[in-house]
Amino acid sequence: MAKKRYAYFQGCSLEGTAVEYDKSMRVVFDALGVDYVEPEDWSCCGSTPAHTVDHVFAAALAARNLSIIENMGLDVVTTNCPSCLMAFKKAQYSMENDGTFKEKVNELLDEKYNCGVYAKSSLQVLYEDVGLEAIKNRVTHIIHDMKAAPYYGCIMNRPPKIAQFDDPENPTSMDRIISALGIEVCDFAFKLECCGAAFGVPKRKMVNELSKKVIAMAVDAGANCIIVACPLCQQNLDLRQEQINQTTGSNFNIPVIYFTQLMGLAFGYTPKELGLDKLIVSADHFARSRITKQEYLEREKAKEQEKKAKKEVKKQETGEEENP
Amino acid sequence: MDAINLTESIDWKFIEHVKEESGQDPALCYQCGNCTAGCPYSHYFDYPVSQVMRLLQAGQKDTILNSKAIWLCATCETCTTRCPCEIDVAHIMDVLRIIARRENRVSEKDIKLFYDSFLDSVKKFGRIYEVGTLLSYNLRSGHLFADSDLGPKVLAHNKIHFLPKKIKGSDKVAKIFDRFQETLKKHG
Repeated sequence: MAKKRYAYFQGCSLEGTAVEYDKSMRVVFDALGVDYVEPEDWSCCGSTPAHTVDHVFAAALAARNLSIIENMGLDVVTTNCPSCLMAFKKAQYSMENDGTFKEKVNELLDEKYNCGVYAKSSLQVLYEDVGLEAIKNRVTHIIHDMKAAPYYGCIMNRPPKIAQFDDPENPTSMDRIISALGIEVCDFAFKLECCGAAFGVPKRKMVNELSKKVIAMAVDAGANCIIVACPLCQQNLDLRQEQINQTTGSNFNIPVIYFTQLMGLAFGYTPKELGLDKLIVSADHFARSRITKQEYLEREKAKEQEKKAKKEVKKQETGEEENP
Repeated sequence: MDAINLTESIDWKFIEHVKEESGQDPALCYQCGNCTAGCPYSHYFDYPVSQVMRLLQAGQKDTILNSKAIWLCATCETCTTRCPCEIDVAHIMDVLRIIARRENRVSEKDIKLFYDSFLDSVKKFGRIYEVGTLLSYNLRSGHLFADSDLGPKVLAHNKIHFLPKKIKGSDKVAKIFDRFQETLKKHG
């Protein structure tokens, strides 16, 4: 069977403030042999602002891209950005289930869209199509001192009727990927709590306060790193972390890393190759403290033996006490 | 919430309009409050989302369309995910905001301005030009230095482009905007 080819939609923010998400995504796709191609001359999906104007209009901005992808002969588009993902999924859902809606959308487009393209988050492609086994097998380095809080953001798997992926209240796909990398995952209650989304510019204080709750919950869970899958979440938690500290009187200094960057680190790529230098709160120490899988296994084995030896000593000691 | 004289103030047409445009039936809501309990924005809303639903059932058009809540909703989908009656509450909030926009009732002007600045960039370049969107917002809103503290950070990490990148098909994207405006005019 020929290998599945995906249309890879990077989206606007991955050209700008989230350039490291795109960079690390491509590295990970290449490392795992995912075949992808960027649609030519793609345009903005419309994101949040478009659906506050009109739903047909919003669907048309998304469907222009889906139509380009359809004409490339591809049937799955994968995107890192949950906002692009939802724009595509909602356009597809409404157009498929409502003929009049579809007609109205197509009236706004130059090239009609025939509803032949399904959107999948890059997380879903990695989790379901590539699979945990393949990810685990590709790991070369272990970040042994990381305690990760996996933060999915609000619309990666909600609403369930549209998202059709993972659990809408307690998703675990990213948890499992992080575990497959040999990294400890914290029990994080705010996996889906909203960071303040696109209100950062017009309602800064509100966003800072909402993001603060997310970071505080991660810290309380014992995390020393927040792992994200959404460029807007990353921006609100990382770029705005100093604002958060000033607005809320906190003193956070916790790295906020894309899950693709984390995968790249575990696959042995350099921080530069993964755009780790783009993060505002530095995560460089995690790159430095990586040890090879071999070394990690040896250390674990040594630990295990030490434990066993201690048990043995204790057994002898208590045994002696019982039979003086 | 103030006492409302329902005999005088129910706008039945408004209820029908929202029902038709959203494809949802607000009458199904039995006010359990699950949406409000989960809504991250309840603290900032003037009317929590379950009250917006109740106001909608009672046809209180003016109160709803002049509310801050419909603009502060981020469509995080928590309400929709948790509604035991399977009402797409976030979609209703979206439709209410769309109607408010059409009727030029904007209780949160800065939020609308930000969305407009964003869409202007899409119309002009086909994609988002982040610097331009922010500057345009700052100029139009009068908040000249909004987020200026972030400038040195993004600069130091070389995260932004100073010049917009125009896609080849930007005229085609602009045409989506123009055609949409035409349909608005046609249908009033």
